[in-house]
Amino acid sequence: MVPRPFRIISRHRETRDTITLALMPGPDGQAFSFEPGQFNMLYLFGVGEIPVSISGDPASPRRLVHTVRAVGATSAGLCGLARGDMIGVRGPFGTAWPVADALGSDVVFVAGGLGLAPLRPAIYQVLSERKRYGRVFLLYGARGPQDILYRAELERWRRRLDVDIDITVDHATGDWHGSVGVVTEIVKRAGFDPDHAVAMICGPEIMMRFTMAALQDRGVATEQIYVSMERNMKCAIGFCGHCQFGPSFICKDGPVMRFDRIENVFSVREV
Amino acid sequence: MLDTGDKVVIDRDGLGQLLAALAADGYRVVGPTVRDRAIVYDDIASPADLPEGWTDRQDGGKYELERRGDRALFGYAVGPHSWKQFLHPPMVRLWRAERNAKGFEIEVDSDAPKFAFIGVRSCELHAIRIQDKVFLEGPAVDPHYRVRRDSAFVVAVSCGEAGGTCFCVSMGTGPGVDGGFDLALTELLDGRQDFVLEVGTAAGAAMMAEVSARPAGADDLAAADAVVARTAQRMGRTMDTEDIKGLLQRNLEHPRWDDVAARCLTCGNCTMVCPTCFCTTVEDVTDLSGDKAERVRLWDSCFTMDFSYIHGGSVRHTGRSRYRQWMTHKLASWIDQFGTSGCVGCGRCITWCPVGIDITEETRAIRETDTKQKRKGGADEDA
Amino acid sequence: MKTLDQILAEHPFFAGLEPRYLALVAGCAKNLHFEAGEYLIREGESADQFFVIRHGKVAVEVHVPGRPPVTVQTVGEGEIVGASWLLPPYRWAYDAKAIDFVRATALDAKCLREKCEEDHDLGYDLMKRFLPVVVSRLHTTRMQLLDVYGSPR
Repeated sequence: MVPRPFRIISRHRETRDTITLALMPGPDGQAFSFEPGQFNMLYLFGVGEIPVSISGDPASPRRLVHTVRAVGATSAGLCGLARGDMIGVRGPFGTAWPVADALGSDVVFVAGGLGLAPLRPAIYQVLSERKRYGRVFLLYGARGPQDILYRAELERWRRRLDVDIDITVDHATGDWHGSVGVVTEIVKRAGFDPDHAVAMICGPEIMMRFTMAALQDRGVATEQIYVSMERNMKCAIGFCGHCQFGPSFICKDGPVMRFDRIENVFSVREV
Repeated sequence: MLDTGDKVVIDRDGLGQLLAALAADGYRVVGPTVRDRAIVYDDIASPADLPEGWTDRQDGGKYELERRGDRALFGYAVGPHSWKQFLHPPMVRLWRAERNAKGFEIEVDSDAPKFAFIGVRSCELHAIRIQDKVFLEGPAVDPHYRVRRDSAFVVAVSCGEAGGTCFCVSMGTGPGVDGGFDLALTELLDGRQDFVLEVGTAAGAAMMAEVSARPAGADDLAAADAVVARTAQRMGRTMDTEDIKGLLQRNLEHPRWDDVAARCLTCGNCTMVCPTCFCTTVEDVTDLSGDKAERVRLWDSCFTMDFSYIHGGSVRHTGRSRYRQWMTHKLASWIDQFGTSGCVGCGRCITWCPVGIDITEETRAIRETDTKQKRKGGADEDA
Repeated sequence: MKTLDQILAEHPFFAGLEPRYLALVAGCAKNLHFEAGEYLIREGESADQFFVIRHGKVAVEVHVPGRPPVTVQTVGEGEIVGASWLLPPYRWAYDAKAIDFVRATALDAKCLREKCEEDHDLGYDLMKRFLPVVVSRLHTTRMQLLDVYGSPR
């Protein structure tokens, strides 16, 4: 598979090291359909290619959105691009969040740090059919107040009266009046019905591990918990072998995985 | 004109005619030849290039060539090479890109030689089929593998010698060849030097047009069967494959992994010589101007620290975890992923391991103290 | 108008406490409220009460010279503020400030310590309630220390 040219149509700084890019397909111009939870391989000319979750609205296929954190050469390069620049896109790859399976249940989105980005498409989809779900919760843990993504959107969602949003930071700064503490604390106090809830978790693996423990303590079954796993990826199509996690290839059996299916492997160190 | 399924007998001259016919038809003919004190796969032109009169002595961490008393052309087991170096090359340029006013443009190369493989063993045929499953039968198809695979002509050989580290019988992958070839040979050395040749495909039949052959008689076929039967009795190793997937998947914390970790150098030799290992990496490179870029695909090994690198560190940090990954992938996870074992019992990983680690022995050791049902935080029950 | 017994009984921290113990504890209790910005406790002061939060949010703060106070944790409805009252030298290790309007029930530490000495069963019950809170806060603190959302090294 060869990267397709996409052009940057807008660029928004989310935090000190995170940028959201909106892309439009190049000359062939086809709309880009994807499912929430899927990712693309983004190619920066001559530098490299990295997997980045799609963070936009599946209902807007003419605008492909990615939120990128600068942690290495390629990601920093992508964050340094300007409107009009071209990048290569391969995808979409991977499995999707269980938005349809969650119909009728309470939905609990638990995001840690940059993990809010891969969840956002699912949040959009759930909110677009809000009446078909029970209570909807967004529990979000960030490093500090300056690391909170999509602030304007969070405030818009808060103004809706049908979404419970609880945000906490690990480290506070002087003007933060919200919660300080880890995301597991807010999982403990969120008012969802454990017997009728579907949880979708995304964030650093330690955070997902502790969050799952907190959800299970609340009585949520492992078949109702979904996580987005991450591993080193090179090809994204099941050939290079890098993304293996036990018998699963994260690129095609994931990244979204139902926890009961990976529970055995998840608890083994260095798998 | 021969037909698929026909069995004939050819002699050395006939084999020479076959190789010439393949070359004349534009094939790059590759087969076993002696180089640097090993039998490797390289370009060959005639039977004179084959390792006549050579055999090999293999054991854990040991490989030596030895002279035979006869003129056998295929009197040895497998060497460090496998056919994956041709079908799934160590280095492939995936595409080139060039910057322009609008951004950049990508161009895919699509040339590939067509290969004729001479002397493909049964274990290797199985290995090729296993890689076919990976690259051709999944949700995505590898075009580089496809073009080489589709054009490859396979002349198989049933083994007349069992290698010191061979265990194809345990894995159900040999020593007799059972399909997946254009032509298959069995070398007969009982006072003569003939080959029983079976035609596997129409392409194989067509290639026999310029090759002198006589129909195989009952005694020829019996002799060929006897060769295979004798080889099957002389396997260097055995592997108990009973519930091997369950065995390894429930023993991910078995103390044996620490034991093998103390010996394993994580050199990756096993992954290089294994005919089914397929992992690769990609490199994006540019020229000095920065305007021309290439993506190159290279063989990779799960034994490297980079392989599982993410977020500032390797997931598989210890050698223990990397050996465990290789062995459990090969013998267990592969079954979940592709429906078959990833191991064909060729023994290369045993022979070419500098410290002689033997996966048949590691499996046996784990099986001996299998934790069939482990209670949380408590005593193990006996298996 | 609810009695102190009723108020305490409804608070998650005292859930299931035997009525006679509720009465004992209520005997040491009084209701308070704090405006946003008011301090409930101050570092270094004598730990002579602890608070059961009924409404509002409290920031547990550390004063760091040259900087505005650092909030290390926030505590809300249904939770408690103050563990140092349990251990000599009975001094507060942190500041606790009301973030918004806070209603709390304050429990007199000396009064409660004496009652626990007299009746060890009451003491044991209270310890069993406090220990999970302390362990949970330790767990949370460790996760904060791990800086899981920080840049990968």
